[in-house]
Amino acid sequence: MAILIAKKVTKQFGGLVALDRLDLEIQERSIHSIIGPNGAGKTTFFNCVTGFYRPEEGEILFNNHSLVGLPPDKIVRLGISRTYQNIRLFPNLTAMENVLVGLHGHLKSNFFGIVIKSSFTKREEAEAAEEARNLLRFVNLSGKGDFLAKNLPYGDQRKLEIARALASKPKLLLLDEPTAGMNPKETQDMMDFIQRLRDELGITILLIEHQMKVVMGISETVTVLDYGEKIAEGSPGEIQRNPRVIEAYLGRGSAEEVAAA
Amino acid sequence: MRKNSPTSKGILSSLKIGLKTGLVGAILTVLLSLIGMVEAFSQRYIIHEVISMGHTLLLLSGYFIADRAARRSISKGKSLALLNSLISGFLSSGSLILLIFLGAFVNLRSVFINASPVLYQLLLFGEEIRTGVLLLFFVGGVVGFFSGLLYLLTGWIKKLTLIPLGSILIAGVLQDLLRPTLAAWGPLSILSEWIFTANGLSISGAIVLGVSISIGSLLWSFKGKSLQRGIKSLSGSKRKIFTYAGFLTLVFLLLVLPHLLGLFLSEVLTIVGLYILLGLGLNIVVGYAGLLDLGYVAFFAIGAYTTAILTSQELGFFHFTFWSALPIAILMGIFSGVLLGIPVLKMRGDYLAIATLGFGEIIRILVLSDFLRPWLGGAQGIGKIPKASIGSFEFARPQEIYYLILAGCLLVVFISLRLKDSRIGRAWMAMREDEDVAQAMGINLVSTKLLAFATGAGFSALSGAIFASKLGSVYPHSFNVMISINVVCLIIVGGMGSIPGVMVGAFALVGLPELLREFAEYRLLVYGAALVVMMLLKPEGLWPEAIRRRELHEEPGEKLSNDSTQGTSGS
Amino acid sequence: MLHKIRERVTPTDLIMWLIGTCLLFLMIWGSIATIKGGTYSIHHWFDFVIFGLAQGSIYALIAMGYTMVYGVLRMINFAHSEVFMSGPYTAYYFAAAFYSSGLLDRQPILCLMIIFLVAMSTSSGIAFLLERVAYRPLRTAPRLIPLITAIGASFFLQYVFRGLFGSGFQAYPVVKILEGEWRFGEFRLLKFQVIVILAAALLLAALYSFIQRTKVGKAIRAVSEDKETAYLMGIDVDRMISTTFVIGGLAAGAAGVLYALMFKQVHFFMGFIPGIKAFTAAVLGGIGNIPGAMLGGIFLGLIESIGPSLFLDGLGIIAPYQLKDAIAFTMLVLVLIFRPTGILGERLAVKKA
Repeated sequence: MAILIAKKVTKQFGGLVALDRLDLEIQERSIHSIIGPNGAGKTTFFNCVTGFYRPEEGEILFNNHSLVGLPPDKIVRLGISRTYQNIRLFPNLTAMENVLVGLHGHLKSNFFGIVIKSSFTKREEAEAAEEARNLLRFVNLSGKGDFLAKNLPYGDQRKLEIARALASKPKLLLLDEPTAGMNPKETQDMMDFIQRLRDELGITILLIEHQMKVVMGISETVTVLDYGEKIAEGSPGEIQRNPRVIEAYLGRGSAEEVAAA
Repeated sequence: MRKNSPTSKGILSSLKIGLKTGLVGAILTVLLSLIGMVEAFSQRYIIHEVISMGHTLLLLSGYFIADRAARRSISKGKSLALLNSLISGFLSSGSLILLIFLGAFVNLRSVFINASPVLYQLLLFGEEIRTGVLLLFFVGGVVGFFSGLLYLLTGWIKKLTLIPLGSILIAGVLQDLLRPTLAAWGPLSILSEWIFTANGLSISGAIVLGVSISIGSLLWSFKGKSLQRGIKSLSGSKRKIFTYAGFLTLVFLLLVLPHLLGLFLSEVLTIVGLYILLGLGLNIVVGYAGLLDLGYVAFFAIGAYTTAILTSQELGFFHFTFWSALPIAILMGIFSGVLLGIPVLKMRGDYLAIATLGFGEIIRILVLSDFLRPWLGGAQGIGKIPKASIGSFEFARPQEIYYLILAGCLLVVFISLRLKDSRIGRAWMAMREDEDVAQAMGINLVSTKLLAFATGAGFSALSGAIFASKLGSVYPHSFNVMISINVVCLIIVGGMGSIPGVMVGAFALVGLPELLREFAEYRLLVYGAALVVMMLLKPEGLWPEAIRRRELHEEPGEKLSNDSTQGTSGS
Repeated sequence: MLHKIRERVTPTDLIMWLIGTCLLFLMIWGSIATIKGGTYSIHHWFDFVIFGLAQGSIYALIAMGYTMVYGVLRMINFAHSEVFMSGPYTAYYFAAAFYSSGLLDRQPILCLMIIFLVAMSTSSGIAFLLERVAYRPLRTAPRLIPLITAIGASFFLQYVFRGLFGSGFQAYPVVKILEGEWRFGEFRLLKFQVIVILAAALLLAALYSFIQRTKVGKAIRAVSEDKETAYLMGIDVDRMISTTFVIGGLAAGAAGVLYALMFKQVHFFMGFIPGIKAFTAAVLGGIGNIPGAMLGGIFLGLIESIGPSLFLDGLGIIAPYQLKDAIAFTMLVLVLIFRPTGILGERLAVKKA
């Protein structure tokens, strides 16, 4: 069953068409990758799904619920969460606080409850702290909860960002180049981790990735974008053999140019 | 020859540091003299009949300039550092000599109003010109050399020089605070009479103070560590007793404070208290939520005017008591916080700052106008606002109003602390750090922002209501944009988002200038210079948030710059 | 279709449109009532417009400094109002000396040139030092920090001038050739206002062509577009930022002399109000946008001089002139709400994600 369906999504910036009538279906509990050259519209699609951009045309359905026009905070409450290409943590908050912010939508305490510290608030805060600690443990960051996010090493920042995204209890997780800047060992760990997310937590994963090893290694379905259009879709094996994909990545006749140079 | 020239060139170029820094010193000392600070400050003595604050000011600027020269040239070697500080010292006093000579030939006074003969006399230490000039030059050199030497010295010699000198200086500057306070303590009053004269410390008092403080600091450096360790090694229950004892002492001190301080200082304390209230409110808006609000004074005004309209007998519209008007004033503040918050919801950064500044001004101008005069009193304001009272106890004098403000501060601190470590506080801080991501984490920006505006405005209105009752009247001129700017500054000087920081900031920026009232003319000058220097040297504030402070002392981990803006377009 | 509209319009939008419509309605109603009431003749309106233009062109000159500095540093140079004050204040001593020696009457053009020269160089010198001492070390600091130093520097400069020269008003000497008026039938033009408008227009045109045509101007524009790229292209970013401050100072110094000649006095606090107004003008025009700042200044000047009589008089408000600043700030807030990037500002793609 498809958890996310995009129908003819179009997004323009001035004259530039970033997404051109894009159709996409993401199956529940799958790992689905979107690849394509720089400027193909991958992150734009993420931004349309999470409500940062409003597509000019088309429809995006999440569990049969339309997302177009909803603000980001409503969308995350429906169960879609994301990470960012260039890590965007809350740099001056601690790792723990970052994760707790992720839990925000699931906490109910109001102003007066907080000021008088009602028993409900007390319990809720304790539970939230416990849950945040569990999440930090899940991403192997236990013990680092008191560090400011900006002072964590790069790899830990990536993990923390995922922990924060998981805190909102998503059904669909959008990962934007999670292995960017990682060495082969870290990349392998991240791949294992993404598979664990799906297998243990049952979260559907939508992935933007540049490293073909990762894409081919873990995804069930791969969608290739070029100039905002879908040019191919299929299993990793099919994509690798698709002539249009090769052309999009290397350019027409580029083989001769390389030889000449 | 060839071998020598680079080194001599090297020496020359390293002397440049001294020359350059000295030039800054030269400008500084001349400026201090010409704007009249030296003359005004020499009215007051640090040590009676020995050294005035005016001279101290010049000596201190010479000292810091020479210290800077030494600091910047230490990499070139110790003797060069010393030489550089000596040069800058000479330059700092040399410029004053130039000023004196210039003043002898040209009537500088027609342009620079403070270039008076009195100033020249002060600069010449009261001597006739030849000896005076030599003395001045000599003093400059000595200060430069002394400063360089102190910079090079380390360990207890440096401490034993700086601590007594510093404590004498502080005691001299704060004499108006210390003398009446000590005088109120029965037996200590004899001590204070002996240490202080009517103007400045007595010589013997200064010596005793310096010596006893150095002995104290020596003892502390030997025994202090073991004492601290002793407290830390105490068992849990015993430590709890210590904490409770400390807490009780604090409460007791806060309760008796106005009786120790006397009328004038209590008045200062109430002003500081009102600013703390304002600061804590704005701290939520700026420090937590990151919304730079420069029209914050509007809510202060709304609180004050609501109280005035509801209670003033002069207007006679209503006859509320202070206590029944207070909740309405706070509600009005909250309501207007939301109302003025709605239009600026989508603005960020500087646009928000300027729009809120506009709101603040609009409200002040409306209040000031003749158009609304029948209701708001126009420029004459509203008078005859009754004092707050409980039973027959009336909060009339500063010592009594202090308790009202104290209660307000405690309440607001309590609420701030509770909010900070809660779902709401985290939402505010997330919004401050990155608004878009915060929204994508499920935070409703509209309600979260409005809640911040409303909370801040409520605190501000509370402060305004107390202000109205304290003064007994309200005028539009009390609510100009300078108050907003002052409050923003005290938050940032104290340390953004830090509650103790707000208090420290209020004492430093509001309390201290009140204490040095007779130098009121130079208050904002010093205030401005202090803000600049503070931001250049210690931008995190005087008392930053605990976490930030801890992190600053840790070895920072691998840092990642987050300011690249890739990903705006699709990839 | 309907549900799409419902999703787009939030309650807050609705409230804002409501407020905006109410204000617009009040403005129109007030204007009609005023014109019907006929308190003011056509000559009054003509005077208002000319005065507004003169005042507005001074705002425009000051606003240049704000908008250019905002362009290169993305900060409000709060101390720019003191850059504005310092020039005419220093030049006052020259003007006073010329006046007492009688030179001002004999060689008015020469004297005015010297006065302008002194004012412009003082203002630009102070702007240069300001950037060097207070802003340059803070290039990488969070944005609030340089704002605070700017406020601090502003106080400092004000009170240094007060300390050096005293706290009173200094009366600027009267330049005889600038006095008097021209009459065209029923209309009269104050010579002085015309000269202020012409001088400001000349300076603005010179500034604009400098920014547009010269190599330095191009470099400054490159720095405001993208500092890093400009640096990679071999532009000395620090020097361009300094140059920007100097140019802003030149414009502010000239504006200061015009202002001082217009109101015939200088005072250490004289920069504050025109400073805030000019900043408002810069925002109105779209901050960072140079023609926008000019337009914003003139617009603000006109609104301030015409607005109180036009909008408020008809509503039966007593002493409407007291509310001219309120009108200026209301304009500012309205523009910020309904066109946040200013009159001429481009609608930048909202930077998100």
